[in-house]
Amino acid sequence: MSRALHDLANGTLFGVALNYQGLLNQRIAEFEQAPYQKPPVKPVLFIKTPNTRNGHDGVVLHPHGERLQPGPALGVVIGKSSSRVSVENALEHVAGYTIVNEFSLPEDSYYRPAVKAKCRDGFCALGPELVPRDQIANPHQLDLKLFVNGELRQQNSTANFVRNIPRLIAEISEFMTLHEGDVLITGTPEGRVDVQPGDTVEVEISGLGRLVNHIVAE
Amino acid sequence: MKHARIRFEGEVHQVQVEAHNAVRLADGRLLAESQVEWLPPATGSMFALGLNYADHAAELAFKPPTEPLAFIKSPGTYTGHNQTTWRPDNVAYMHYECELVAVIGKQARNVKRENALDYLAGYTVCNDYAIRDYLENYYRPNLRVKNRDATTPVGPWIVDVADVPDPSNLKLRTWINGELRQEGSTSDMIFDIPYLIEYLSSFMTLQPGDMIATGTPEGLADVVPGDEVIVEVEGVGRLVNRIVSEAEFFSARKEA
Repeated sequence: MSRALHDLANGTLFGVALNYQGLLNQRIAEFEQAPYQKPPVKPVLFIKTPNTRNGHDGVVLHPHGERLQPGPALGVVIGKSSSRVSVENALEHVAGYTIVNEFSLPEDSYYRPAVKAKCRDGFCALGPELVPRDQIANPHQLDLKLFVNGELRQQNSTANFVRNIPRLIAEISEFMTLHEGDVLITGTPEGRVDVQPGDTVEVEISGLGRLVNHIVAE
Repeated sequence: MKHARIRFEGEVHQVQVEAHNAVRLADGRLLAESQVEWLPPATGSMFALGLNYADHAAELAFKPPTEPLAFIKSPGTYTGHNQTTWRPDNVAYMHYECELVAVIGKQARNVKRENALDYLAGYTVCNDYAIRDYLENYYRPNLRVKNRDATTPVGPWIVDVADVPDPSNLKLRTWINGELRQEGSTSDMIFDIPYLIEYLSSFMTLQPGDMIATGTPEGLADVVPGDEVIVEVEGVGRLVNRIVSEAEFFSARKEA
């Protein structure tokens, strides 16, 4: 991780699940049934604990006997304390953007918190650097690509968010403050793939570079 | 021995707690309980347990879990002893939860339950408030219910492990405005602290300052602005909190 990113993005890592229209729509019929009863009303949030932090070129351990899936995502680094921020002012609270690879075991169910799936050591890579907000003309028009051993395996665009960045910041900061240095992981699109020990995993987002990680057996 | 974090004259101090909850600063000064701002005694991640008392699971019409139901809290939701917590406007049910908290003292990975207590810094108490109106069936209990600003009082202090000889036999009690409303015992916990340390450390590394909030027994009730809510774990601590309205909380914060 670059020095600037490491120094600035040192707060809590908040993830947003089901924030790509394609992913939500795939499961919408299921979400009308038990145990969900109805589709989510508010952003579906989770926390990646500090032990999950990892960086560019870092090793991610493949847990024995489990399936491991990368989670390409746009990371929004908060630049100043945000409590009860309006949609109109939300982007003023953003310091910049980075790439996040939010590793997880597969999620068959969204009913219970995914601690075992998402909070393993090294399961949240950030990098390669922090790109200041003003260098990205439109964060809702970025291509997101996942490569495994050089082969393109997953692709989407931040144009397909369920909630855009200002709306996420407004809805989240209504009940909890986003602090300087917190990172909002804006979601992983549908089509997560499995990776194996020995694989090189890269996430590329237009204007943000390429985040590389190496999968090694635990 | 009891160890606390306080703020006094703008500075944060690690202190020892003496008789009558007076605190001793490193430079020897002794300050009364009411003279200092009590901060959460630890600031790592909190792993909070849902449905970890059989009676409480029954109260909520759930079968007791076969694997721990853990959810995560981040430091922004913690507040200290003698502080305020806000009840949002227009909600029907906000309830307290009195819980024994185990505080991690050193990195723990793949720890067996026989050795689990070696990894503890000590014990504290939390009040794991929930706004039930906001429950959704996604990552339940979701952050809007459980990770709100200043809605998890923790403290007042950390008690050394050696000072709590039997953590599996402690009385838990909650009072609202002096009236006893919740009473239970840690002996009714489904997954005890050694089990929880073994479970969590089997797939991740627990860090010093991380906390495990072990769940609450039955006896929940609504709280409203003006209420004084006290949660106590026998031999660990008595944690006082006052409920304020949304307007009062945010206007006080603006002034601060």
